[in-house]
Amino acid sequence: MNVADERAVTVENVTKSFGDNVVLQDISMSVSPHEVVCLIGASGSGKSTLLKCINLLEPVDSGKIVVAGEAITEARVDVNRIRRHIGIVFQAFNLFPHMTVTRNITLGPIEALGMDKADATERALELLDRFGLADKKDEYPDRLSGGQQQRVAIVRALAMRPRLMLLDEVTSALDPELVAEVLGLIRELATGGMTMLIATHEMGFARDIADRVCFLHNGRILEEGRPEKIFSAPENPRTKQFLQRIIAAGRL
Amino acid sequence: MIPRFVAAAAVFVLLLGACAAEKPATSAGSSASCDKGSLPLVQEGVLTVATDRPAYPPWFKGSPQHYTGFEGDLASGIAKQLGLPIKWVVEPFNKSYAPGPKDFDFDINQISITPERSRVVDFSDGYFDDNQGVLALEGGPVTQASSLADLKNAQLGTQVGTTSLTFINSKIQPAGDPKVFDQTNDAKTALENKQIDALVTDVVTTVYLRDFEIKGSTVVGQYPTHEPFGMLFEKGSPLVGCVNDALGKLRSDGTLHKLQSKWLKDYLNVPTLKD
Amino acid sequence: MLGNRNVLISSASTVVFLALIVAVVAFAPGTSLVTQRFFDLHHLKAAFTGTVSTPSVVAAFGLNVEMFLIAEVFILAIALVIAVVRSIPGPVFFPLRAVAVAYTDLFRGVPLILVLYILGFGIPGLGLQFFSQQSDVVYGVTALVLVYSAYVAEVYRAGIDSVHESQAAAARSLGLSTWQSLRFVVLPQAIRRVVPPLLNDFIGLQKDTALVSVLGPTEAARAAQIYGAEQFNYASYVIAAVLFVLITIPLARFTDHLIKRDRQRRRTGVPQ
Repeated sequence: MNVADERAVTVENVTKSFGDNVVLQDISMSVSPHEVVCLIGASGSGKSTLLKCINLLEPVDSGKIVVAGEAITEARVDVNRIRRHIGIVFQAFNLFPHMTVTRNITLGPIEALGMDKADATERALELLDRFGLADKKDEYPDRLSGGQQQRVAIVRALAMRPRLMLLDEVTSALDPELVAEVLGLIRELATGGMTMLIATHEMGFARDIADRVCFLHNGRILEEGRPEKIFSAPENPRTKQFLQRIIAAGRL
Repeated sequence: MIPRFVAAAAVFVLLLGACAAEKPATSAGSSASCDKGSLPLVQEGVLTVATDRPAYPPWFKGSPQHYTGFEGDLASGIAKQLGLPIKWVVEPFNKSYAPGPKDFDFDINQISITPERSRVVDFSDGYFDDNQGVLALEGGPVTQASSLADLKNAQLGTQVGTTSLTFINSKIQPAGDPKVFDQTNDAKTALENKQIDALVTDVVTTVYLRDFEIKGSTVVGQYPTHEPFGMLFEKGSPLVGCVNDALGKLRSDGTLHKLQSKWLKDYLNVPTLKD
Repeated sequence: MLGNRNVLISSASTVVFLALIVAVVAFAPGTSLVTQRFFDLHHLKAAFTGTVSTPSVVAAFGLNVEMFLIAEVFILAIALVIAVVRSIPGPVFFPLRAVAVAYTDLFRGVPLILVLYILGFGIPGLGLQFFSQQSDVVYGVTALVLVYSAYVAEVYRAGIDSVHESQAAAARSLGLSTWQSLRFVVLPQAIRRVVPPLLNDFIGLQKDTALVSVLGPTEAARAAQIYGAEQFNYASYVIAAVLFVLITIPLARFTDHLIKRDRQRRRTGVPQ
């Protein structure tokens, strides 16, 4: 048994480039079970790419990622099996527009997990009910508000019963008045003990919810620690500069 | 916007109408003057004669610059009688009876004179009496046929728009639909591939195909339909009379007969099919 | 109010436009000749029912419909396979993708008439068992399928490409395989988008069934040609044209209906 086995995710020395553009440089970090870690940093600092690498939507150039004790960056790993246990939610919702809300949610459990249709539907309806979306079960995504769509997208990921949730700027595409309902849902998940890695611009939210915050700059983690420390007494000058700008913009 | 569009559309329609409109018919038949200066030709000073392409021996030989062969020589003879140089143009058979002005003075292309055709185009007097011929491969199912009845159950093939097709449908009345091809060439390939049992076309062509084109083929027989070939003119063409006069002279001075013996003699010695 | 005025203007201009056409056609010097050649009642009837020496255009049209329906089923399936093969990622599938690319390049480039000739006169000439002994209609339909599959595969592919890659990413992130993601997420959206261009290709196919006549069978256009050549009259072509149009219109309206229904459903939801 390796020490890393106790972690939900361990990222070791991961590097990733798109052409000449280095987006992740020698990143190492980890998330423990039931921990909520927020990734903060300017756009283009590498937050989203890191999440996509953990979900194998992007291959890493070098380094190693271990999820629940399994090195998922190995060449022969079954990508689909790994992904079934990692939920990811995107900035742009990415619901399937040709399917009803219920079908969006049951697709993964039925097709990827091989669940019975009735069981999958029951699970979907339970989740929708729990997050106040029961009346939307037969709607098509185009008929929902952005906030509702994003909540459905989160429910869709949850229906897979993931061990780990990756949230990629999930409120960035939303009108301000719709952000709260989505953040509320995520808070609920955190309270329920869901292990989450969250890339976000919502600093207030990050401060409230995170057990730990990582500040990324140009593909490196420059600073990490408990939120009260990062937000009140950052050590790295880049972190200070970033937070000052955020405060100046009135977003903290 | 709208009025301008309507005006443009109206002009367009007018043009269409003008294209579709026919010249008022002038009376056919012998015209008073066949002097080359007063002939109403499509191109002044030249007799423009059309035929389909490819053109087959023995009807045509050589190139469009200088066709010989039975029809090639005949057309040249007529041009000579009219005192005009000849110019050949291509006219697909199926287009030859389209409405509107023609861009040839006459079309010579083994076109049988029929009453239906005569309603919409004019023909010269006949210059050759054609019979239908049946061509098959040696050893095929109809090689021994001696009557039309023997051909009833054969898969027959021919070119579209020919009197051969009419002959098949109305005289042989085969059990199955005949195969109808765009060109005699395709019918020929189908015969070689054994996709059809027999090819029906004018007897001269069957002999030509047997001797020069399809190895191991045989002319089963001919059926006397006596269909005269005529030169085709635009309906009401004032040239018909002059061409008939010229043809008459070629007939009376023996030229026509000489051309037949020169080009067609070998082609007409074929057994006759009974009804 | 403005709406009413526009309706009034468009109605008035339509009436004027039609009146102009009627007037021009009716008073053109050649009208009676054209009427006689294209719209003579006797010829229309004779071409419709057929005569002793000419086939019925309507009966022959049955062959067009038959070829169209059979070809369409195969085209839809084969083209989809080609399009899917072309969009499978990964170096392992390079040879398959290359074959699919070569296929579409070849059969989109070669004129249908040539494919018809090669199959219809070439294969029988080879003297093979079975393959050389099919009917001309079989060769004709095969040629239609080969050529149109290449076109339709490109239409499908355009549809697949038009589905944003984030949709596939979302499906893959749920643990769906590449194939499942194509089948459940990408293809359904792609196919909905390509229904109108597909219909367009099928109208083309419908008309191109007439080209099979070069191999010998008598379909509607050939039947019309036979009548026209014997009678020196074009009424038979008018009958054939009307038949082709008649079968196209319901197809077009049906597609409109499908598109409208899909759009409406996505906007308003389906009450259960």
